[in-house]
Amino acid sequence: MRAARTLALLSLALCFIAADTGRAVQPDEVLQDQALEARARALSAGLRCLVCQNQSIDDSDAPLAKDLRLLVRERLKAGDSDQEIIAFVVDRYGEFVLLKPKIAPHTWILWFATPVVLLLALGLIVTNYRRRRAAAGPAPLSRNEEQHLKRLLDQN
Amino acid sequence: MIAEIGHYALILALGVAIVQAVLPLIGMRARDPQLAAVALPASQLQFLLVGIAFIALTTAFVTSDFSVLNVWQNSHSAKPLLYKFSGVWGNHEGSMVLWVLILALFGAAVAVYGSNLPKQLQANVLAVQGALAAAFLLFIIATSNPFARIDPAPFDGMGLNPVLQDPALAFHPPFLYAGYVGFSMAFSFAVAALIDGRIDAAWARWVRPWTLAAWMCLTIGIAMGSWWAYYELGWGGFWFWDPVENASFMPWLAGTALLHSALVMEKRDALKVWTILLAIITFSLSLMGTFLVRSGVLTSVHAFAVDPARGVFILAIMGLFVGGALALFAWRAPLLSQGGLFAPISREGALVLNNLLLTTACAAVFVGTLYPLALEALTGEKISVGPPFFNLTFVPLMIPLLIAVPFGPLLAWKRGDLPGAAQRLMAAAGIALGVTVIMLAINQRGPWLAPFGIGFGFWLIMGAATEISYRVKLFEASGGEIWRRLRNLPRAAFGSALAHAGLGLTVIGIVATTAWGSEKILALKPGDTTDIAGYHLAFNGVAPRQGPNYSERVALFNVTRNGREVIELTPSKREFMAEQSSTTEAGIYTSWRGDLYVVLGDALKDGAYTIRVYFHPLVWLIWFGAVVMFIGGAVSLFDRRLRVGAPKRAETKAAPVPAGE
Repeated sequence: MRAARTLALLSLALCFIAADTGRAVQPDEVLQDQALEARARALSAGLRCLVCQNQSIDDSDAPLAKDLRLLVRERLKAGDSDQEIIAFVVDRYGEFVLLKPKIAPHTWILWFATPVVLLLALGLIVTNYRRRRAAAGPAPLSRNEEQHLKRLLDQN
Repeated sequence: MIAEIGHYALILALGVAIVQAVLPLIGMRARDPQLAAVALPASQLQFLLVGIAFIALTTAFVTSDFSVLNVWQNSHSAKPLLYKFSGVWGNHEGSMVLWVLILALFGAAVAVYGSNLPKQLQANVLAVQGALAAAFLLFIIATSNPFARIDPAPFDGMGLNPVLQDPALAFHPPFLYAGYVGFSMAFSFAVAALIDGRIDAAWARWVRPWTLAAWMCLTIGIAMGSWWAYYELGWGGFWFWDPVENASFMPWLAGTALLHSALVMEKRDALKVWTILLAIITFSLSLMGTFLVRSGVLTSVHAFAVDPARGVFILAIMGLFVGGALALFAWRAPLLSQGGLFAPISREGALVLNNLLLTTACAAVFVGTLYPLALEALTGEKISVGPPFFNLTFVPLMIPLLIAVPFGPLLAWKRGDLPGAAQRLMAAAGIALGVTVIMLAINQRGPWLAPFGIGFGFWLIMGAATEISYRVKLFEASGGEIWRRLRNLPRAAFGSALAHAGLGLTVIGIVATTAWGSEKILALKPGDTTDIAGYHLAFNGVAPRQGPNYSERVALFNVTRNGREVIELTPSKREFMAEQSSTTEAGIYTSWRGDLYVVLGDALKDGAYTIRVYFHPLVWLIWFGAVVMFIGGAVSLFDRRLRVGAPKRAETKAAPVPAGE
């Protein structure tokens, strides 16, 4: 019970940390070069603050997030490409840091479930429709079809 | 004493709920309608007992009775009265009592207002409701007793998480739960119909109002949560794809699909099997939402409870009801008769498309939310699934949906005329396209896709207007004729048009604020000024101020626009004494253009402060759109033909259709 209480308090404390964040970038972190800063922001938005709940380092006030923001900006100033920076961060912190998971065998289900569900559902709808139409017998002719038939018959 | 009465009432309610769950089924087997009818008074008694428990808990909170553990943990004598009330459900135990209270309320409503339901159906519905109530009451009594005492009673409480001390969040859980639990009605009706082995259009007529009411509550509940996050979390984000948000969004998506498929079932007696399945899925997702939030599986702002015993218990409840319902479905659904046929291009076809896209979108959210948990549980591998994933999977499904929405109401049942509908929508399409082109022309920054998003919003709004104008023959008939048609138009038509237009407003708000928002991160000293989006802000320093249960540092900003005084904004940082934590209160000025949003950050070394200034264009439309959707639902709910107990009008059967078509 005591452990549970401590955990509960801890999670509450975490809540406060999470709640007390703004977009967290500090004025002194901002790069002079606007293009580089824009890239830094875009990169930061895709990197997870590892000690927070579901926040990007761009949104988190946690010290670790600040370190990561500075790291991203340092690499940018050193002239790294976006891919190089992401690879660098993933090397250090693992794939958990990516808010957009890589497409790899262990995430195939994640990425392809939605299109597969869509296709399966479409297939179900179509086969169900065909089966029921076949069971109900041929559909009566539409007005266009009737007119077309009449014309054909008249031609004869 | 009051706490013990509450506790006792809960235990009695459990007994009554068990009676309510069991007797109707025995009555059905024994062909004894009187035995089955016991469910009616039982459900009302159960509501009364849970109500007593809830009032007892509320009394303990309002009177700050700190001898009750739950009150001590979640309240404080200095807390404003509103938050003493909302503290009742601002914690795990109390929120579960609220959950069961709403469940009991719905059950009692079926007993009181369901006098014209078939007796056996009514009894079965109440039996399922009783079983749900019994499971959750047992859960509360066994693992989450809200009335536990502590001895000796502490002098004062520990307080409520300050970020939860907020008007919007005070009412967010009741609405959310009314939505979640409201879908239990659809579930109970579905299970009851499966037990019965019979289902017809009258069933849908019964289920639709409940589903609609639940959907309305959930819409407002989600909107409130999003609004709260917007102004409380300190930078103006309105949706984070956080698992807890997703937990409420999934039932909303499935519930929206259910509303539409129940429409097909009611009007055309088709899609029966699917509607039943969807009713089960929707409430299962509600249960899952409760499980995700209550079990602490996800640790985030909302997860108050960290106790695996509870998680396992809720998981068992979920497994029992979802598994049971699905098994019953697999067993009995083949017995249900298939309904009327329809051509792919028809109102039914459009609603099938709606269901296809909404349920797939729901599946996308489901996978994105649960896959990381499953992967970690199975392989120990940790991945993060964040907004970029949902933008790539969820958003593309919404685009065809948004395009299709205006077509639906303009297509006839059974066999629709797509070119005809397209022709009627020409004006709407023209306006939407015109707006897109204009936006493309003036779009200096922001993604090139954004103008199309605005165009979609206009397309939805103008499409809704087209439907109404077409149905009243706005540009053809005389004034008197239009007036007559307007008056005769079913309220449900206005309701759906309003709801679709509301969706359009929300889309515009989301796109505008995402694409064209601006921000500045500054170190300002008192006396400094800055400009954003046409506003001129003068920073007049920071002053201390005292609130009821907090002290704060308030920054003063004089805001002018074109030299004219607009407002004085006072963003602040609050320190809560009892809870020993702080919150950031943004200073927000809302106009039709959008929100000016100012946040006070930390004090820097040289007397300057970190100040963040944002402009969120048209952001208010997001929540205004949700309110319009809610109003649309309400208008529809009071449609005479939908009203519970209203006699069936001959009109629904008036259009005889050859069976073979």
